[in-house]
Amino acid sequence: MSIRLENVNYVYSPDSAFCKQALKDINLEIKDGEFIGLIGHTGSGKSTLIQHLNGLIRATSGRIYYNEQDIYESQFNLRGLRALVGLVFQYPEHQLFEVTVFKDVCFGPNNLGLSKDECEARAREALRLVGLKKKHWQKSPFELSGGQKRRVAIAGVLAMKPEVLILDEPTAGLDPKGRNDILEQISKLHREEHMTVILVSHSMEDVAQYVDRLVVMNRGSVFMEGTPAQVFKHYVELERIGLAAPQVTYVMHRLAQEGYKVDPDATTIREAVSEILSALGKKNEGSEVIQP
Amino acid sequence: MNIVKAAHLIYDYITQDDETGEETVSRAIDDVDLDISAGDFIAILGHNGSGKSTLAKHMNALLLPTGGAVWIKNMDTRDESQVWDIRQTAGMVFQNPDNQIIGSIVEEDVGFGPENIGVPTDEIWQRVNESLEAVGMTEYRQHSPNKLSGGQKQRVAIAGVMAMRPECIVLDEPTAMLDPNGRKEVLKTVRKLNKESGVTVILITHYMDEVILADKVFVMDDGKIVMDGMPREIFSQVEMLKSLRLDVPQVTELAYELKKAGVPLPDGILTIDEFVQALENVKRPEISNAQKKEGDAHVDPS
Amino acid sequence: MMRDITIGQYYPAPSVIHRLDPRVKLVGTVVFIIMIFCIGNLAGYVLATLCLAGLIRLSKVPIKFMLKGLKAIFFILIFTAVLNLFLTPGTAVFQWQFIRITQEGIVMALKMAIRLTYLILGSSIMTLTTTPNHLTDGMEKGLGPLKKIHVPVHEIAMIMSIALRFIPILMEETDKIMKAQQARCADFESGNIFQRAKSLVPVLVPLFISSFRRANDLAMAMEARCYHGGEGRTKMKPLKYYSRDYVAYIVILIYIIAIILLNIFFDPIQTMIFARLGL
Repeated sequence: MSIRLENVNYVYSPDSAFCKQALKDINLEIKDGEFIGLIGHTGSGKSTLIQHLNGLIRATSGRIYYNEQDIYESQFNLRGLRALVGLVFQYPEHQLFEVTVFKDVCFGPNNLGLSKDECEARAREALRLVGLKKKHWQKSPFELSGGQKRRVAIAGVLAMKPEVLILDEPTAGLDPKGRNDILEQISKLHREEHMTVILVSHSMEDVAQYVDRLVVMNRGSVFMEGTPAQVFKHYVELERIGLAAPQVTYVMHRLAQEGYKVDPDATTIREAVSEILSALGKKNEGSEVIQP
Repeated sequence: MNIVKAAHLIYDYITQDDETGEETVSRAIDDVDLDISAGDFIAILGHNGSGKSTLAKHMNALLLPTGGAVWIKNMDTRDESQVWDIRQTAGMVFQNPDNQIIGSIVEEDVGFGPENIGVPTDEIWQRVNESLEAVGMTEYRQHSPNKLSGGQKQRVAIAGVMAMRPECIVLDEPTAMLDPNGRKEVLKTVRKLNKESGVTVILITHYMDEVILADKVFVMDDGKIVMDGMPREIFSQVEMLKSLRLDVPQVTELAYELKKAGVPLPDGILTIDEFVQALENVKRPEISNAQKKEGDAHVDPS
Repeated sequence: MMRDITIGQYYPAPSVIHRLDPRVKLVGTVVFIIMIFCIGNLAGYVLATLCLAGLIRLSKVPIKFMLKGLKAIFFILIFTAVLNLFLTPGTAVFQWQFIRITQEGIVMALKMAIRLTYLILGSSIMTLTTTPNHLTDGMEKGLGPLKKIHVPVHEIAMIMSIALRFIPILMEETDKIMKAQQARCADFESGNIFQRAKSLVPVLVPLFISSFRRANDLAMAMEARCYHGGEGRTKMKPLKYYSRDYVAYIVILIYIIAIILLNIFFDPIQTMIFARLGL
């Protein structure tokens, strides 16, 4: 289920006073089963980019291949692509509209023209995948808490059985526990359902903890790509484009400067703990926690 | 002097079941006592639904207590005749930047509050100029709020409150909908107002890194205040915070994890500097002891 | 497309039109719109066009920006024109089965298109050069006397100014919700008119809910900033007439007289000239 972008450009309202190039010559490949983090400051083109991946926005020029098939070719089923590449927008709970949670989750599969039984089976599975308790299924979505509503909205996309799941800041506005719960759930989808996941986030700490590969956007272009460790090594450049590295990275760099024998590229607390312990010449006493 | 005081504050709200018509009473605030001194920077922490926003709305007489009382500068919020004085004294900034800007131009929005309280025209202009300057938005005064970034919109909202010359600003999750840069902008502005204009700040949030510089932190859960103290005291209790659906900054958590693994680090490390210093002390205990005698303020093993 | 609507948007620029008193602009706009429907001949249209062009020029608002506002009503424009084109009785110039286009129809369609376009452009000039607050101040003050007969002038003005501020926000929101539902494979494009109307439910319900939430938040924010109706309120930008405003009133008066005079005298003059030329 790879997605490949070749020289993709996108210009907002061309030939007008508001003309703005939102994407510049994007070349990118998203491989099957990857967990990708997409970062960049507000207005860097992240949202525009992800809407290209499911065909909601059409590139001004360039090609996008889904499984090596050109999505702009006339026989390609663009609406079908939206089911295969599930896109969860920011604050997705704002799109809920049905009388019950369950019916709302059925909306996507219904649009695919599936039988009632199939729709309901998919809705049940999707709600289970996001970990929403059964007692809430027949409630109105508007009775639920913020975190629960967001789960319902994510289930609404999962019910279409996408192969790729894109989430635009799925944790915005949630409290720390709610944030961790959602991220864990997404990570589980990646691990257990082998879904390809693209996570758009402002939290460097979160992407460092979960993703395999980072794509950094700046002014409509891909600024940097690589594993979190590779990317956050360049924290000075990241700061220049309005981003930062996780706090742990700064700690490690400081320690390395102070002469500690630690690998400054640790990006998560686990890695940092084991690095510092070995630098201090201590054994990992809580080794089961620390093993990466 | 107390600027905000609450005693045995209780707030109940009634929800009605659509089908049965049955009324259930839920308690959003449960016997809260609060005492906030003028000029302080106060943070109120809590997960979503802990009652912190409900508490905030009591400080502006937007909600009135079911039981107990709230006083703003000795004015009882239940006294209807003083409601406008109370709202002028304790201004409020809300979460969603779009839903609190009334004017279609930045400067007109900032002038909205003073217009409402009958400030003469010349003085409105003076106040608008000062407030925009204080939040650093003067160059945007002619702009439409719709074209601003989230952080800028919140600064306009803060200017709108400042133009009423309040003694206290209550900010109800002002950064929840902003990106990291917007959050920084807003925090910097709030801190500056607190330091330079001496305005009491009550910041309600669930971002832990925003409260490190507060004078005092209250943590709410289930309508009650469950923890209160200096940031360092609060952040020493990592497990407790996690059980309250909250988090600690990464450096605090790192120190906590190392301590669990046997490194004798102090509790409640808040900054990278403190962490590096503390680790240095672990490596060279002799120096650490000497420093302790000198009364090193950074590392305070409790 | 939703973002193209320029009505209700303010375009800041340092122009004399921007500085005019909103009451003058309100009166001017109303007069301009009424006169559009009173114009009886070509000369009148020429005069209206010249005035409009002059105003746009003076306002320093880019013409492209103005024309974008028309895009939004393009459908209504075409609809009205087509309706007039086919349904006006008169001398036929084209007939195919039951479809019949008349000379009068063509003239009528053109007239309606021009009138609608000018109406939108005329009111756009007002809204683009006047901040909604200023505009409602103008209404409030201009309609002030109605307060005596218990018309809630201030409240109406406030409601209007808030509505104007929230139009762009709600447009953007509609766009967002539509995209979110499209990501769930919603189809807004195919089907007959009933199916299409039904397909909008998933957009309208969230939109209503969010509007209510916004209204609620806004009411609270206004209350928190001591809003308690128009009583005892002062103004940041109180309305005061300057000499340019009196000049503008005179220009408006001249415009009315000119159109009326053209209506009365142009046709005879035209006939006379044509007669002289032997046409």
